[in-house]
Amino acid sequence: MSVAEARITRLAVERSTRGEQIRELAFRAALLFSLGFGFLALAVLLIDVLLDGASLISYDFLTKFPSQIFPERSGISSALQGTLYLMVLTAVFIVPVGLATAVYLEEYADRDRWWNRLIEVNIQNLAAVPSIVYGILGLTFIVRGALDLGAVLLAGSLTLGLLVLPVVIVVAREAIRAVPSSIREGSLALGATHWQTIWKQTLPGALPGIATGVILALSRAIGETAPLILVGAIAFVPFNPDPNPAEGQYSAIPITILSSVSNPDSDVQALASGAIIVLMAILLVMNGGAVYLRNRYEQKW
Amino acid sequence: MAQEPDNREAAEQATSSLGAPASTVDGQVQARKLEASGQKPADGREAIFDLEDVGVSYGGVPAVREVDFPIYEHEITALIGPSGCGKSTLIRCLNRMNDLIPAAAVTGKVNYHGQDLYGDEVDPVQVRKRIGMVFQKPNPFPKSIYDNIAFGPRVLGMTGEMDEVVERALRRGALWDEVKDRLKTNAFGMSGGQQQRLCIARALATDPDVLLMDEPCSALDPISTGRIEDLMLELREDYSIVIVTHNMQQAARVSNMTAFFTVELDEDEKHRTGRVVEYDDTEKVFTNPGDERTEAYVTGKVG
Repeated sequence: MSVAEARITRLAVERSTRGEQIRELAFRAALLFSLGFGFLALAVLLIDVLLDGASLISYDFLTKFPSQIFPERSGISSALQGTLYLMVLTAVFIVPVGLATAVYLEEYADRDRWWNRLIEVNIQNLAAVPSIVYGILGLTFIVRGALDLGAVLLAGSLTLGLLVLPVVIVVAREAIRAVPSSIREGSLALGATHWQTIWKQTLPGALPGIATGVILALSRAIGETAPLILVGAIAFVPFNPDPNPAEGQYSAIPITILSSVSNPDSDVQALASGAIIVLMAILLVMNGGAVYLRNRYEQKW
Repeated sequence: MAQEPDNREAAEQATSSLGAPASTVDGQVQARKLEASGQKPADGREAIFDLEDVGVSYGGVPAVREVDFPIYEHEITALIGPSGCGKSTLIRCLNRMNDLIPAAAVTGKVNYHGQDLYGDEVDPVQVRKRIGMVFQKPNPFPKSIYDNIAFGPRVLGMTGEMDEVVERALRRGALWDEVKDRLKTNAFGMSGGQQQRLCIARALATDPDVLLMDEPCSALDPISTGRIEDLMLELREDYSIVIVTHNMQQAARVSNMTAFFTVELDEDEKHRTGRVVEYDDTEKVFTNPGDERTEAYVTGKVG
């Protein structure tokens, strides 16, 4: 081999070794496999539910009342309306309470005081408490006990509200914290009061984040079953919820799904698939709304 | 007098020669104080601020101490010095922005037209209505140009035609011609220099008495900086301006009075604290400084 040839075969940058290439590929394959696993599980679930329940979805299914005797003519009107009503009331409850708590903790609380730190730790822990515990809480203090509301829709939404309140508070605090301090300083330096600054600068700046958080919290609440069972939501209710939320019995979609699948009649079981599709559709709309809000209104500082 | 070879002594004389209790401050003491700190007596110059032994500490650690000088009306007073010398800390005392930091404690007296801004009965919100501030980084609100300007007058409940208020403020901020056709567009779309002039115009919209500027040009290019300096010279007619700057040429170009701060280690050499070395006419500070630390700094030997 001449000197010139040897020079040609030597490159300025060395090639990676075979081993490095294989490791790189193996790692990438492992990542793709993990992604594929989750995706596949979801796809199988969705396809299965759609195959079972798509034929049920019709205007009648959404507007008729459930029946265990005539499952083929059954609908989920009372459960759908119950769920929507629950969500509205839950939102009415968690938005002001969650927001006010977040504003207090971010803007007023002196972190050097032990009680403020205690509240913070508590809220973080509450977010991890199992939902059935909230159900027991709701049963003890809201349905019976202190508030003694009875097994009504208002009690259900208050319980669901308590369940997701920690999430709302955490998200709202993050959104408030994301408003840069330079904006607060700019406002205060103009002679605005603390409250004016919060109301006219901080909260508007944090609103997209807060709205996204509230929607995501509600989409967690909408699928909760255990606490609703405990506070007395029932399945197969043959009437729509009373406009007065402190009156009468009510149902919700997750409850309908649970009792349908545990029914021995396979036609009744099929109702569950239809109800799941409706629930998934509502969830998709809510999460889509959250994504839209975030992309459309999120403030880039 | 104050210009003795021993720098430390000179500095101490300049800054703390009169730790006089505030109750005795009358015209005579005032005159003596000016004399003692090596300044000309204020010939017909009205002091807008009179700092008496002002110190600020964060969580017990002093950041700046023994600041003792008057700031005059309708002049531009520059605070210069190396990083960490407490000049930004000090300027934030003048409109009680330090209140926002819970650990900050202010000692001494910050007299504004003879009234101690840290007196018990003083509401910081009322202080900031009279004393506006422009920050290091332009901080427009995420709103339209118009709403940025109108925010201050609105929260202060000012009456009158808002369009006129906005136009007047933007004209005073030397921004009107550039933005008059896009008042409703978001202020975030402006250049950095325009944003900073918007912040100045915003501060002027509430008709303050004093404008504090904390390194207003540090995030700007030289052309934008030049425009803001021109603007400051115009505004001097109507407002008193205090500016913190790292840029010595800027201090020399725009200010009438200059205070030079330095950083000192305290006795047990743990904490670095800012002190005033020299406070005098800008021309004198830059051409014939009374202290060699000032000279070393303004001629670029240190810092």
